[in-house]
Amino acid sequence: MSTTATRVIVTGEKSSRRSLFRKSRPEQVNRGGQRQRAVKETLVGYGFLIPWLVGFFGLTLIPMAYSLYLSFTSYNIFSPPKWIGLDNYVRMFTTDPAFMQSAQITLIYVLVGTPIMLGAALGVAMLLNYRSHGGGFFRSAFYAPSLIGGSVSVAIVWRAMFASDGPVDDGLSAIGIDLGGWVGNPALVLPMMILLAVWMFGATMVIFLAGLKQIPRELYEAAEMDGAGAWHRFRAVTLPMLSPVIFFNLLLGLIGAFQVFTAAYIISNGTGGPAGMTNFITLYLYKRGFSDGQMGYAAAIAWVLLIVVAIIAFILFRTQRSWVHYAGDNR
Amino acid sequence: MSTTSSFGENALVLTENQVDPDPKTSTTPQAPRRRVKRKTWQTVIWFVVLITITAVVLYPLVWLLFSTFKPNSEFGSNMGLLPNAPTLDNYTKVFEGIAGVPMWRFFLNSFIIAAGSVIGVLLSSSLAAYAFARIQFKGLSILFAAMIGTLLLPFHVVIIPQYIIFNNLDMVDTFWPLLLPKFLATEAFFVFLLVQFIRQMPRDMDEAARIDGAGHVRIFWSIILPLIKPALITCSIFAFIWAWNDFLGPLLYLTSPENYPLPVALRLYNDQTSVSDYGATVTASFIALIPILLFFLVFQRFLVDGVATQGLKG
Repeated sequence: MSTTATRVIVTGEKSSRRSLFRKSRPEQVNRGGQRQRAVKETLVGYGFLIPWLVGFFGLTLIPMAYSLYLSFTSYNIFSPPKWIGLDNYVRMFTTDPAFMQSAQITLIYVLVGTPIMLGAALGVAMLLNYRSHGGGFFRSAFYAPSLIGGSVSVAIVWRAMFASDGPVDDGLSAIGIDLGGWVGNPALVLPMMILLAVWMFGATMVIFLAGLKQIPRELYEAAEMDGAGAWHRFRAVTLPMLSPVIFFNLLLGLIGAFQVFTAAYIISNGTGGPAGMTNFITLYLYKRGFSDGQMGYAAAIAWVLLIVVAIIAFILFRTQRSWVHYAGDNR
Repeated sequence: MSTTSSFGENALVLTENQVDPDPKTSTTPQAPRRRVKRKTWQTVIWFVVLITITAVVLYPLVWLLFSTFKPNSEFGSNMGLLPNAPTLDNYTKVFEGIAGVPMWRFFLNSFIIAAGSVIGVLLSSSLAAYAFARIQFKGLSILFAAMIGTLLLPFHVVIIPQYIIFNNLDMVDTFWPLLLPKFLATEAFFVFLLVQFIRQMPRDMDEAARIDGAGHVRIFWSIILPLIKPALITCSIFAFIWAWNDFLGPLLYLTSPENYPLPVALRLYNDQTSVSDYGATVTASFIALIPILLFFLVFQRFLVDGVATQGLKG
C-alpha cells in the first residue's frame, strides 16, 4: 500500500503534465494518506451522483424490475396484479395476430428504414465533405428536420402531404404515377413512414461529416498514388476509417427506430391503421396498456421490445471486431 | 489526439504534426489548367445536386408555412404550395383556442415544461457528468457502464411502472411527472455528452486548484462549469426542444385540456376529423414549430457541434 503511495508521490507531477494527452485516466494528486483520500473521493463522488442515483434506481432500475414482474401478471391499475406466469408471452406469440403484425411492421421499419437513412446520411455527408465552402448552409438546412421530425406538427404535415390529392400524390400523378394517396393505403403507409425517418437524416449526417473530416488526407493521397479509383478509395480508406462512426450511428439509429411513436399515433389518429400498418410496437403497447388497461400485457410487450433491442445491440457489439477499426488509442 | 492508423499495404503512422492543421488549404486544387476546368464543372454539379436535395428536404416546411394562409375551403382542392386566396383567418381562429382553452395557455404550458426541463437537465446532468469524468470513486466503472446502458434502453420498458409511481404520488395531471425525471438526470444523452466534454478539458487548471486546496465542489463550480459552457448551451437547447416536442409524456400524464402543452393540444384540432378544420390544424402546427425553428436559427452551430462531438468520442 505505502509503496504505491510513494510511487504516486514521486511520479505525481510528471504524470499530471502528461495527462493533457491521456485524457481518460484521472490522476491522483497525493496529499496525506491515500486511503483516507480514496474514502473521501468516494464519498464526494457519490454526493455528486445523488440526483442521478435517485433517478437511476427510482425511475429506471426498480421500475424495470417491477415491469418485469408485471409482465407475468394480469393488471389493470385498479385491482392488484394477479400472477399468470408466462400467459402474456404465450398470448403474444400464439393468439394475438395484432401483436405479430405489429412486431413484423416494426422490424421492417427498423431494418429497412435505418440502412436507407444511414446511406442517405453518409452520401450527403460525403457530398458536403467534397468542398468546404458553402457547406455550412446545406449542413444546417439538412439538419433542421431531425430536430422537428418527431413532433406532432411534422406528423400532421406528413399526413397532409401524403394524403390523396396531397402535394406528393399530385406530383407523382403529374409524371404518370397514380398511387392515389399514401395515408389510407395499407401498402404505402409503411414506406411513407420510412420516408419520414429518412427525411430526418441530418443528425446522423452531421456525425458522419465530423468523422470524414478526421480522416487524414494523406491516406487518400497514398491510395491515389497506388492507383486506387474513387470506389476503391471509398472501400479501402473511407469505410474502414469511418467504421467506428458507422457503428455508433447504426446502433443508435436501430434503437431509435424501434421507438417511433408520435408519427404513427398522429397519422393514424391513434388507431394504428390503415389495416394495422402503422401499429408500431410502441403504439400497440400504448393502446394495450393505457387505452385497454392491460398493463401486465403491455409490460410483457415492453420486455419483448427490450430483449429484441438487446439482442441487436449484442450482435452489433459482437461483430464489431470484424468490421470496426479503431485508430490508435481512442480511449 | 494522436492518430495512429494502419491498414493494408499503405501502413501509415501519423503524429499530430502531420495532420493537416487546416483542411481547407489542402482542398485547394494545385493542378494544371485542364484539371481546374474539370473542377469547376464538378463544383457546379455539386451545387445543383445539393440545392435539389435542399429543396426536397425543406419543401414540407415551406408547404406548411404557405398552407397556414389557405382558407379552409382550399384544403382538398388546392394542396399545392401557394394559396389561391390568402387569408389570416386561420391565425385568428387558432389564437381563440380550442375546447374553451385559449391558445396562449397551451403555449405557456409548453414553455413551463420546456424551461423546467432545461433547468433540471443542467443541474442534474452536470453534477453526474463531473463525478463520472473527474472523481475517482469505488464503483465508478460499473455505474458508468450502467449510465451508458440507459442510453440504449428503450424508454417504454419503464413507462408503465413510472406511470404507476406518479399515479400513486398523486401527480397525474400535473407537470411533475414530466419535470422530475429531468431533475434526476434520467436522460443519459446529456450526462454522456457532458462527460465527453469534461474529459476533453485539460486537467492543469483543476489540478492547480486542488494543490491550492480547492475541493471538488469548488473545482466543479468555478473551473469546470465555466469551461464547459458551450456543452451546457448545447444541452439546454436540446433539452428545450425535446421537451417542447414531447408527445408521449404529456399524452400519458396530462388529462385536463388547460394543462395541455402544444403537441397534445394539436391533437384536439387533429382529432376533429369529422369537422376537419384543416386550416386551424396546420396553422397551430406551424405555431408550435416557431420557437424550435428560431432556436435552430440562432443556435444551430451549437446543435450541430454538440451532435458531432457526441458521436465521435466514444
